[in-house]
Amino acid sequence: MANHTIAAPLYVPYLDKKGILSWLLSTDHKRIGIMYLISISTFFLIAGISALLMRLELIAPGKTIVDAHQYNVLFTFHGTVMVFFFIVPGLAASFGNFLIPLMIGAPDVAFPKLNLGSYWLYLLATILLLIALLKPADTGWTFYTPYSIKSGTDVILLTTGIFVMGFSSILTGLNFIVTIHKLRAPGMTWHRLNLFVWASYATAILQLLATPVVGITLLLLIMERVFGIGFFDPSKGGDPILFQNFFWFYSHPAVYIMIIPAFGVISEILPVFARKPIFGYKAMAYSLLAIALISFLVWAHHMFVSGISEVAATIFSFLTFLVAIPTAIKVFNWTATLYKGSIQLHSAMLYALSLVFLFTIGGLTGVFLGALAVDVHLHDTYFVVAHMHYVMIGGTVMGFFGGLHFWFPKMFGKMLNEKVAKVAWAFVFIGFNVTFFPQFILGTLGMPRRYADYPPQFHSLHELSTIGSWILGIGIFIMTVNLLRGLTNGEKAPDNPYNSVSLEWQVPSPPPHENFEKIPVVTDFPYVYGKKNSQED
Amino acid sequence: MNWLPEQASSFAAKIDTAIWFVTIISLISFILITIGLVYFAIKYRRRSDNDETPYITGNHFLETLWTVIPSILVMVIFVYGFVVFREMRTPPADAIEVNVTAKQWLWQFQYGNGKSTINELYVQQDRPVKVVMRSDDVLHSFFVPAFRVKQDLVGGMYTYLWFTPTKVGIFDLYCAEYCGTGHSAMLGKVVVMSPEAYDRWEKGEEAEDGKAVAALPPDQLGEKLYKERGCNACHSIDGTTLVGPTWKGLFGHEVTMADGSTVTADENYIKQSIIEPQAKMVKGYGPVMPSFKGILSDDEVAAIIAYIKTLK
Repeated sequence: MANHTIAAPLYVPYLDKKGILSWLLSTDHKRIGIMYLISISTFFLIAGISALLMRLELIAPGKTIVDAHQYNVLFTFHGTVMVFFFIVPGLAASFGNFLIPLMIGAPDVAFPKLNLGSYWLYLLATILLLIALLKPADTGWTFYTPYSIKSGTDVILLTTGIFVMGFSSILTGLNFIVTIHKLRAPGMTWHRLNLFVWASYATAILQLLATPVVGITLLLLIMERVFGIGFFDPSKGGDPILFQNFFWFYSHPAVYIMIIPAFGVISEILPVFARKPIFGYKAMAYSLLAIALISFLVWAHHMFVSGISEVAATIFSFLTFLVAIPTAIKVFNWTATLYKGSIQLHSAMLYALSLVFLFTIGGLTGVFLGALAVDVHLHDTYFVVAHMHYVMIGGTVMGFFGGLHFWFPKMFGKMLNEKVAKVAWAFVFIGFNVTFFPQFILGTLGMPRRYADYPPQFHSLHELSTIGSWILGIGIFIMTVNLLRGLTNGEKAPDNPYNSVSLEWQVPSPPPHENFEKIPVVTDFPYVYGKKNSQED
Repeated sequence: MNWLPEQASSFAAKIDTAIWFVTIISLISFILITIGLVYFAIKYRRRSDNDETPYITGNHFLETLWTVIPSILVMVIFVYGFVVFREMRTPPADAIEVNVTAKQWLWQFQYGNGKSTINELYVQQDRPVKVVMRSDDVLHSFFVPAFRVKQDLVGGMYTYLWFTPTKVGIFDLYCAEYCGTGHSAMLGKVVVMSPEAYDRWEKGEEAEDGKAVAALPPDQLGEKLYKERGCNACHSIDGTTLVGPTWKGLFGHEVTMADGSTVTADENYIKQSIIEPQAKMVKGYGPVMPSFKGILSDDEVAAIIAYIKTLK
């Protein structure tokens, strides 16, 4: 325990009132953000354990700990919980809620009660998910028909839970769009917004416009199971491919809901720890919008060999390559931000740099999958599993961990143990690569995905991948313990430990309920580091 | 180490070249970014808290450069992928057609000469084959890594793919679209035969690896069929309950039906369960077994019965 006098704050921090009801009934965006953070982190850890079990089963051919049906339940659980209860709400609901009003100089979001309502919908969805576990689904998180119509497991409760979660997402998106349009402080023009706010804006557009489609799609699936209408059932004249089109129309933009906030997070971290403005601010801002818009046009690249026409496949392949371009631009700009900087490898910076490195691999392997002839071989193999985890873990989770380490002092008023944080990072980085890089090779060799068992020629790569999962698990465990110890025993945090010029760091750590004593007047963008900054001193 | 399967079809090499092309471009891009990140992180590491850094906000030339070059590269990759894809989707007019039906959890192949096989697709070296495919139940996907081909099988419509096998041998066939409990057990083989061997096979002498199968004693033939006709996807031989009842100790056993009545699992019961699986279903199991009527010959059914008799 650190030995120093803790001065009583001269303000009322948002964390002051105790008791579970003070949280569950709070319309303070900061408390709502923290509640989301706790929920999504809990589901991340639970779904992570299911992944460790899956990898344990796959360490060798033949049954290790579960049979085929149990394995199918595990991978359905892992995917559904990770996608709908961790990564889609993810950084938007947690960091977005906490930071957007602070970054734009506002006292809260536009609709604070709706914001709390969104969180309650999320909680309701989790209750449905838990009940659904009584007869857990084995359909995969993608619920492809006809299997999802026929499966004897409980598909309806699970999809209802996701349907409810969808509303949480839609309403959060609506709230953030209005907030960013209407509540910016004086002088906060669009070109002076934090890139995390631009990212939240782009994400909110996707949440608002795309999520209703998956809601309706799941509703149609539920109606199929209950009334046997036949939208997607070929034995009744329906079309399974229609389901896939509906599903991916949402789920492709959804993957950008997953990654864009993480892009925003590292655009905040890199300038602070390099002491340089973000390179190419306008390109960075508009590339986020471009990615969001193009993301609506590429969904059928998940369906090249599903039975769609060759013309359709060709068009979607072409459009898919378009989305690579603004993404590449971002990677180059992040790298250039480091040029002639003064770089401190704080744990948040390590995670931010890891994102640039790992997402490059993830993004480039997406290029393989966008190329038609190549995708025919790689589709539905472990290559896709590796690609998606490089972008989701190497991208979003690195951004999540980086944001946690960066804003921890602001959110909780405590400092983290940096040494332990760096050790945890090393295990996470190494473990992640050992788990997932071999899976690219498994894929090119032809190992299909969603297999509970496999022929012996794939054994050694699977074994290596499982060992990697243990290293990754250890890293996450160390990190979690470190975060919890920071909460209980961390040193009191200064208001601005990293000398950031961004607005959220100009208020106390942790902030007061109303955020700002006086709404600030903004005169520049939040990346004024270096010669210009010292000139203004 | 080898990271791609052997090339056993006429266009496998073209696909591999496309994969290599994308790999090289990706590797170069990846190395450039990594060098940038690592070099800058080391060279510009913080030396003091008062390090002076220049106020660089961007560079129009660089921004244009790294927009235009990736755009050109991805367009080239798109065209390459498209051109090879077009060939993969254009079967030659003289391709031999084989009908493929997938059902949970086996592959059924029906040939132009009236022959039918389960889980093993017999084709001739250097002759193009077009498989015309449909599913009887849920989505499946026909995937032969050595040929670099894959296409989903969908209910209510026909899909196809084509290939020309270039090497004699046996190549793995996987189901590549999740289809339920037996998905990873839905394994098949593509048997590529030399023209002479294919000729003999067409005429009715089973030829696999050049060995004639007719000479096997019934219980050994039954064991072979157990593995090759998909029985093992649902029935164990060691007592484990899978999707279907175990065969261990089955023969002569009293079996209980859903309505409580019992029947002895004798030769007639087993034959009926193979041809009309839903007629006398064992209590506690669902109506998921497909019928093997017209798929297994009477001799093959007898062989399976003989094999089950050995499983005490």
